Amino acid sequence: MSSPANNLRSPLGRARGLGSAKEGLHHWWAQRLTSIALVPLTVWFVASIISLAGAGFVDFVAWLGSPFNATVMILFLAVSFHHAQLGLQVVLEDYVSSHGLRVASIIIVKFVCYGLAALAIVSTLIVTFGA
Amino acid sequence: MVEFTLPKNSKVTSGKTHKAPAGAKNVRNFKVYRYDPDTGANPRLDTYEVDMSTCGPMVLDALLKIKDEMDPTLALRRSCREGICGSCSMNIDGGNTLACLKPVDECKGDVKVYPLPHMPVVKDLVPDLTHVYAQYASIEPWMKTETLPPSSGERLQSPEEREKLDGLWECILCFCCTTSCPSYWWNGDRYLGPAILLQAARWINDSRDEATGERLDNLEDPFRLYRCHTIMNCTNTCPKGLNPAKAIADIKMKMVERAG
Repeated sequence: MSSPANNLRSPLGRARGLGSAKEGLHHWWAQRLTSIALVPLTVWFVASIISLAGAGFVDFVAWLGSPFNATVMILFLAVSFHHAQLGLQVVLEDYVSSHGLRVASIIIVKFVCYGLAALAIVSTLIVTFGA
Repeated sequence: MVEFTLPKNSKVTSGKTHKAPAGAKNVRNFKVYRYDPDTGANPRLDTYEVDMSTCGPMVLDALLKIKDEMDPTLALRRSCREGICGSCSMNIDGGNTLACLKPVDECKGDVKVYPLPHMPVVKDLVPDLTHVYAQYASIEPWMKTETLPPSSGERLQSPEEREKLDGLWECILCFCCTTSCPSYWWNGDRYLGPAILLQAARWINDSRDEATGERLDNLEDPFRLYRCHTIMNCTNTCPKGLNPAKAIADIKMKMVERAG
């Protein structure tokens, strides 16, 4: 907001800045769609874990061996990490005002989220096909 | 990073107390933010004991009484004193509103009066609105057409089309909403804020305008439009009872609509 003394650009020039990025809709819409998808997926995940409470290793492996459970589990993991990445990006854009730091932290968040998603999905597949 | 505390030279210190005249019966304390750029001193909070038995009912009446009778150095903007010019917007009793529409009776305890939050201060209660005005100019708030006007001279609008502008044209650009928005506080250099987006909606929804798509193009940006996180402070604080949050949601839905 501050206008340094050495910035003699006109107020309109400053307000226009670098112009519109012509994007933002996709990110916003994806955030909405993933949050809607997470409602049934999270209910399914929590209900499944509760129903398996106290069960042993073999029961868990057998549960994840079913095509339906494995598919929904992978969807849950993919959508969760995608949604987390979208949300964290918004938080960083909101609160980190230095451009370099903002871009760097968003890249790190993307790498970590998609890395963890891949790890979780591959782990699920190994359990499913190893069962 | 975001500034969660005031910079050192903006910290508010306690100021002078201006006593009520002897014999005043109905006294209310007004704590008013004072800042004079010429002195280089930090801002301070002056206390004015105002005799309400000889004062009008609104906060603006009290501020003008203070300026006229107690302390002529107090600086504030005001013009119409009836909520139509938008000049006397300020932060009163913790909320942004127009001093001329805010009854003193609605304030609890001492009446605290500050300039609009998170704007550069010119002096006392006068904020620097250069940037919001420039942002207003950036959305090109005038009718854009290629079709020549009909020979009758008037571009016609059906009553239904005109109705779409209700809730938008009434905005007086006091910027109570914009300066109440945390997203605008953190990213006001690029985020347009609720007042400007409501004005953008006013032109996007005008059936006579032929630049709707161009206007949406200029708004589609992670910062200009999508910094709105539906916090709703704007709608909560608008002294004219308008709903900028809904106007912004309408713009977002139009973005979805044109994408597929």
